[in-house]
Order: sequence, then structure tokens, then C-alpha cells
Amino acid sequence: MTTLVPPTPRELTTEPRRSDKIFRAVVTAGGISSLAILGLIAIFLGYRGFEVLRQEGIGFITNSEWSISTDDAGNVVESQFGLAAMLVGTILCALVAVVIALPISVFSALFLNFYAPGWLKKFLVAIIDMMAAFPSILFGIWGFLVLMPSVEYWAKLLHRYLGWIPVFDMQVPVFTRSPFVAGVVLAIMIIPIITSVSREVFSQAPLDRIQAAYALGATRWAMIKAVVIPHGRSGVIGGAMLGLGRAMGETVAVFTVLNIVFQINWHVLLGAGGNVASLIILKFGDASPYEIKALMAAGLVLFLLTLVVNAIANVIVKRTGKSGR
Amino acid sequence: MSTTVVPTKPWKASKKDRLVDLSIFLASLLSSYVIVAVTPMKGKLALFAAFFFLYMGLTASLKGIQRGSAAAKDALVNSVVAIGAIVTVMPIASILFTVLQKGLPGIKLNIFTNDMSMATPTDPLTNGGLLHAITGTLTLVAIALVLSVPIGILTALYLTEIKGRLMGPIRFLVQAMSGVPSIVAGLFILSAILYPITKSYSGFMGALALTILMIPTIARTSEEVLNLIPNDLREAGVALGGTQWRTVAMIVLPAAKSGLITAVILGVARIAGETAPILLLTGGGDKVNPNAFSGPMGSLPYYIWKSFNAGSPEALTRAWAGLLVLVGLVLILFTSARYLGSRKGAK
Repeated sequence: MTTLVPPTPRELTTEPRRSDKIFRAVVTAGGISSLAILGLIAIFLGYRGFEVLRQEGIGFITNSEWSISTDDAGNVVESQFGLAAMLVGTILCALVAVVIALPISVFSALFLNFYAPGWLKKFLVAIIDMMAAFPSILFGIWGFLVLMPSVEYWAKLLHRYLGWIPVFDMQVPVFTRSPFVAGVVLAIMIIPIITSVSREVFSQAPLDRIQAAYALGATRWAMIKAVVIPHGRSGVIGGAMLGLGRAMGETVAVFTVLNIVFQINWHVLLGAGGNVASLIILKFGDASPYEIKALMAAGLVLFLLTLVVNAIANVIVKRTGKSGR
Repeated sequence: MSTTVVPTKPWKASKKDRLVDLSIFLASLLSSYVIVAVTPMKGKLALFAAFFFLYMGLTASLKGIQRGSAAAKDALVNSVVAIGAIVTVMPIASILFTVLQKGLPGIKLNIFTNDMSMATPTDPLTNGGLLHAITGTLTLVAIALVLSVPIGILTALYLTEIKGRLMGPIRFLVQAMSGVPSIVAGLFILSAILYPITKSYSGFMGALALTILMIPTIARTSEEVLNLIPNDLREAGVALGGTQWRTVAMIVLPAAKSGLITAVILGVARIAGETAPILLLTGGGDKVNPNAFSGPMGSLPYYIWKSFNAGSPEALTRAWAGLLVLVGLVLILFTSARYLGSRKGAK
């Protein structure tokens, strides 16, 4: 008779297996890498631009002169780098874009959610999403060759009839390549973004309240005013800020249509503006190593600016999503 | 005899209502033509505005007379909202139309077989082509894909499967990263890798910048897709004795496959036409360059940019033809992404 050897009991443990440990480590590393990339961007741009930032100090964002002179050997004799005009221009173009795009996007989002029949909605959503994926160089060239004549005409109308408003005023009638033109092109680029965020927010409006409004005899507009708009207001603002962030960082489209001048200009219709991103493209081609450092510093300023705007926007959008339920 | 109740739809527009709508539409169209012809206001803009305001006013006042002020406001908003949608779609229509109209004359067979090494942008269209640009763009996209897909999907997996302590900050930063201006990504590669290490322009540098831009798109879309996978599947996997690794690799990822492919395609569509970092980093050669690690590399955006800046009519036609190819590429990618995405939804 053979004796039965009782099987040794398997060890019960909540300890993860080795494969799981590796898996979790790899996935966590992947997750952290995106965090690391953002940090590295700030560190490297800051590191390269440090010399210029230290020399210019606060003047880097308050002066608007951008000049560098070198002697024959290529040594820097004198340099002055100030971003003020470019920053003002960036904000101006982006604001014009948001002011134009916001009402249009909100209306079209309302149309898509509450007015359009199903087939039309599907079709339009596909088209608008596709537009968000169009390359910016396409908007730039189309804006320059096709859109600009019309926009100049609109600018002239604005100047003639609304010239008494300070921002539409101008001393020299030069309408070509103005911040207004750039703003219209940017508006067309950010309409899809604001529309899709607004659409998302509006579609989260509580159905029971919508139906209650209808049951009380509200017209469609009364329902929207009473239910949808109060629910979606802050989400739409968040969407507008996402659009603002995109508009501030846009490079090629603005560079094609905007006339870059190193002078602070608040008159949107005047053909002289600035844009940090376009400045980088403009000066990069024939920049000396020292000027490149200044461009890096400019990139850092732009990066921080868009990061802050985007962060605020995301927080606002996220908060609305929660408050609806 | 049983009588069947015929359902009535009292809220539907009757024939008379439709007739009234149509006549208002025609009346405002007609009178806006008259206004443009008689008054000093000229042009398409005046016609458009006159028609819009007339139509809005007429429908609103008709509804106001019929049903009171609330209905009038409703009708007013109807028109305003519709105009919003029309204004949104108009630029897209105009862009697509212009690209087709101006790009088609430049699409000849030879541009797909030649590069620009023996031609300048101002040459007649029979010289040269954009072969180097197409191969360059494909190379850039391929490298960016290889680099960004693992990072993007791993990030999404971290957010949906591991849900570690860093979930909040990472999700927040991935969203912030999707707003990083493309030129900043270009400058970063320039300052971190190109100047200190390689010191020369190459396709690989451009691809690195594109990777940075592509990661957030892939990560965010994949996260949404993975969140849609029902938790039952994960629990079933674990209940059958699978480790987390086996559950994710053999159950979750296959279940999400088509959605993940959609995410990747959307990422490619996002970067295929990215111009600013390409201008900074690739050097933009005119010859087909199969080696991404040395020598300048052409790409569609660079080719378009160069031709556009050359300025002559031939060069502009080249630019439009390049844009047409690029838009075609984006359209194909986008349509396939939607097709895959909707198939997953239908299942």
C-alpha cells in the first residue's frame, strides 16, 4: 500500500504576481512619461532662455523693441528683446476670434442639439468634427487668398459706421493683414472646438427638466432659456477658453495673414499686429544663437500662457459636467 | 365593424402652414433683391443681411399675431440658431470648394512620381512633383506613430485600469498637454535634442515633435474608449483566475480594439498637416530621403509652405495641389476613423 502524500496547500496571498508587478510598473511609467514631457518642456525652454530672461528682466514682457546688432565677427554688440507688442497682439487676435466665434458656436450647438432633425445632426457633427482636424496651413492659405478680400470689406464697413468706438478707430486707413483679419481666420478655426464642447455640455442638460418645461407649455426657446442655458453656461465659458488657448498658440495660420509690427497696437482694424508664435517663425530663419535663446524664452512665455488658459478652461468644463447630475 | 383609430398629429405642420412658410421665404428673398437693387447697399453681404432680417422679422411677426409674444420670440430664435449653423458650415464648404477648384489643375500623374530635386517651385507643372513630400510625411507619421501609440495607450491604461494616486494630475496634465501650441513642441525638441545632441535637421526631430502633439489625442480618446468597456468583462477575467495583466491584455484590449484604432487614426489626422514644428526641425529637403535620421526631409506641409511663399502662379497651383493631397489624406483618415468608431457602436 502506498501512502498518500497530502498535497501541500497552495499559498493564498493577495500579493500581486510578478507579471502584474511588471505590468503595473510599465503602465505607470507610461502614464508618468506624459507628465515628464510637460515638465521637460518648461525646464528646457527656461534653461535655454534663462540668459536672455535674466538680462532683460521684466522688460522682456513690458518692452516692445526686438532688435539685435552684431559686429562682423558675429558677436552680439547690442540687443533688446521685448515681447510686449507680440503679447498684446496675441491676446487681441485671440479675443477677436473668441468674440466672433462664441455666439456662432453657441447658436450652432443649440441648433444641433434641439432643432436639427436626426440625419442633419449626424451629417453636421461629422463635418464640424472633420473641420477641427483640418491642418492650420490650409486655414492660413485659404484665409489669405479667399477670405481676406471679404474681411477687409467688412472691416471698412465697421470703420465707417462704428468708427466712434475706440477699438475700431484708426488714423491711417490700412486694412490689409490686420489683427481683425487674423481674428476672423482664428474664429473659423476655433468654431468647431467651441461648438463641440457646447454641444456636449448642452446634451447633458437634465432631460426631466426639459420635459417638465415643455409640459408646462414652454416654447422651445423658453425651455432653452430656462433649462439649457443655466445648466450649460459655465461649460460654454470653459469651451470658449479652450478656443482662446488654441487661438493664442496658433502659428502658421496667423503668420500667413498677419502683418507683424513691433509696436503695441490696440486698433483691431489697423494692418499691424503681433503674435508670439508667428514671431518665432519669422525670426527663426536667420537668427543668431543668442537670438534663438530669446526665441526660446518667448516660447516659454507662450507655453505658460496657454497652459494657464487651458488649465482654467478644463477645470471649468469639468465642474459643469459634475453639477448637472 | 371595428373602427381603427387613425393617429392624428396636430403638432405637425399642415399644408397651409407650409404654404405660408414658403411664401414668407419667397417674399423676403424677393424684397431683399429689390432692396439691394434700389438702395445704395450693394453686394452679397447686403443681400444676405437684408434677406435674413426680413425673413426673421416676417416669421416672428406672423407668429406673434397668431400666438402672442412668446411664439414670436421662439420664431426669432429659430432663425438666429439656424443662421449660426449656416455660418459654421459655410467656411468648410468654401474651403473644400476652393481646394478642389484650385488644386485639381495641379494634380498630374508626374507629381506623384517626381520630387523637386531637379525643379524649383516656379517651374511649369510638368517639372518636379511631390513624391518626396508624400514619402516624407508618411515617414514622419510612421515614426511618430511608433513612439506615441505605446505612450498614449499606456497613459490611457493607467487612467482606466490602474487608477493610481497620480490619476488626477496625469489626467489634468494630459488635457493641458493637448493645448500645447505646436510651435512650443518644436522649440522644445530644438532646445532639448537638436542643439545639444544631433546638431542637424532631420526627419526624426520633426517626428519627435509630432509625437508630443499626438500623445494627448491618443491618450484622451483611448481613455474614453476603455471607459466604455463594461466592468463585467474585467471582473469575469479576474474571476477566471487571470492576473490583471492577462485580463487587460487578453480581454480589455481586444474588446476595445476598434476604438483604439479610431483613437490612433484621430491622432494621425491631428498631426498629418502640422506645419510649425516641421518648419523648425526637418530642414525640408527637395529629394526623396528614405533615412529619417540624417539629412533634411521634405513633407507635405513644408512643400505647401515653400510653394506658397514662392508666389508665382505655378507655385501657387503647386501649393493648392499639395493642400488637396493633404486634405484628401485627412479626409480618408477621418472617414475611416468614424467608420470604425460607428461599427463598434453598432455591435
